[in-house]
Amino acid sequence: MPQVTFIEFNGKRHTVAADNGLSLMRAAVDHNVPGIDADCGGQCACATCHVYVQADWLARTGARTTMEADMLNFAAETQENSRLACQIQVSDTLDGLVVSMPAGQH
Amino acid sequence: MTTTHAERQAAARERAFSLPLDQVDPSDPRLFASDTVGHYFERLRRDAPVHRSHSETFGSYWSVSSYQHIMQVDTQHGVYSSDWTQGGISIYDAPIERRLQMFIAMDPPKHDDQRKAVGGIVAPGNLANMEATIRQRTANVLDGLPRNEPFNWVDRVSIELTTQMLATLFDFPFEDRHLLTKWSDSATSVPGLDGRFETVEERWEVLRQCREYFTVLWNERVNVPPRFDLISMMAHAPATRNMDPREFLGNLLLLIVGGNDTTRNSMTGGLLALHRHPDQMAKLRANHSTQPTLLDSLVPEIIRWQTPLAHMRRTALADAELGGQQIKKGDKVVMWYLSGNRDASAIEQPEQFIIDRARPRQHLAFGFGIHRCVGNRLAELQLKILWDEILKRFPVIEVLGEPQRVLSNFVRGYTELPVRIPG
Repeated sequence: MPQVTFIEFNGKRHTVAADNGLSLMRAAVDHNVPGIDADCGGQCACATCHVYVQADWLARTGARTTMEADMLNFAAETQENSRLACQIQVSDTLDGLVVSMPAGQH
Repeated sequence: MTTTHAERQAAARERAFSLPLDQVDPSDPRLFASDTVGHYFERLRRDAPVHRSHSETFGSYWSVSSYQHIMQVDTQHGVYSSDWTQGGISIYDAPIERRLQMFIAMDPPKHDDQRKAVGGIVAPGNLANMEATIRQRTANVLDGLPRNEPFNWVDRVSIELTTQMLATLFDFPFEDRHLLTKWSDSATSVPGLDGRFETVEERWEVLRQCREYFTVLWNERVNVPPRFDLISMMAHAPATRNMDPREFLGNLLLLIVGGNDTTRNSMTGGLLALHRHPDQMAKLRANHSTQPTLLDSLVPEIIRWQTPLAHMRRTALADAELGGQQIKKGDKVVMWYLSGNRDASAIEQPEQFIIDRARPRQHLAFGFGIHRCVGNRLAELQLKILWDEILKRFPVIEVLGEPQRVLSNFVRGYTELPVRIPG
């Protein structure tokens, strides 16, 4: 199983074993990682699983979908490397992925 | 009283399940005032989750009552328009010149630019800055409540707290804040139907007064450096500083209703829900006396249970398929959030109020997609602080009778909840 690391806004790190084929959001929620709200349950409809992907991983996590970009457009503190964790599918190529989180999920 | 309530519900249920399907119309505001509409929604979720409904008042429309179909409509903003020129966001079609031109009732790109002009006020850092003020105000309101005598929770707590919050967000003259409640109630009124106004023009006159009042505040702020309030933010943002008078009024009313009517009714609904589920109240109090961890799941559960806005409306921009039904371009599509939040296929035991659900935030009350509630986290913060402060102070709040509900299929709210606090 790929290991992925979530860094809370306060700097606390959580490394979890993520299931291949499931979303990065599910990896956080299923391991009770704080800071990912996931209000819509993974339907790209709320922008409350907002993460910042570390620069060297951006190529492997891929590009935002249109709907994802629409939702991130209204999230607080969106950056170039902002993604919705529900739209990133976990695979072996993401083993070692590190993402950080904003101050709050809006 | 209890028997009457039970009998009324039983009769409504009998009717809801025996009506020919093509006569089921959940939009009748009287079903909301009597809190019997849930039976009709249950019927529709079972028999026709995407249903062609017909109303004498509101015309023909698609009733979307299941969680997942609502999600489909809400996330396809390119197909299902919110734009006021198409009909806007409520089932009621006001005459075109009397429709509110507010960003929730606009499609991209204009919606996006205007929404972003004000969204920052509820950014995480700003919420943290507001927390101490909200807590102090909440404490003051609760400490000032009567003891050992009946009073109306809606007036003394729900309206008072939400109106104070709104006055702060607008930096609105505090002594005039009752006007915000009046304008909020007028904005959501359907003339001739809810007893508030007889005609469209009577309503418009009150809304014009709102615009005149705010124009004075705007003019004070537009020529001075930006400050941290909604009026100043709009006056200085490129997307909103040159709004015409209709858009100015529309966006004001959107912020007034959004920041007021919704949380107000969740503040009342939460007390009613906990009163009707004493086991949950006991669980909450036990938890609060040790380590108050349940407040974080209590709050979204209150919002789901209340669903303070019962629906949002869209208009199809093209032919589309939804739940096996053919939606035609121009059709009115009503997403019944209240029904979706009682859908057992998405939410376990949806009729029950359970303060420690596993996934309490997965509810439709804020909507989903690009029009999702801007102030959702502020609303949650206000409710969390309210319950934290209530539990610190009052071991008992007696609910003395049934609430009086608003005659509306849009605002699911209360005008009265009689209570007494011993002490």
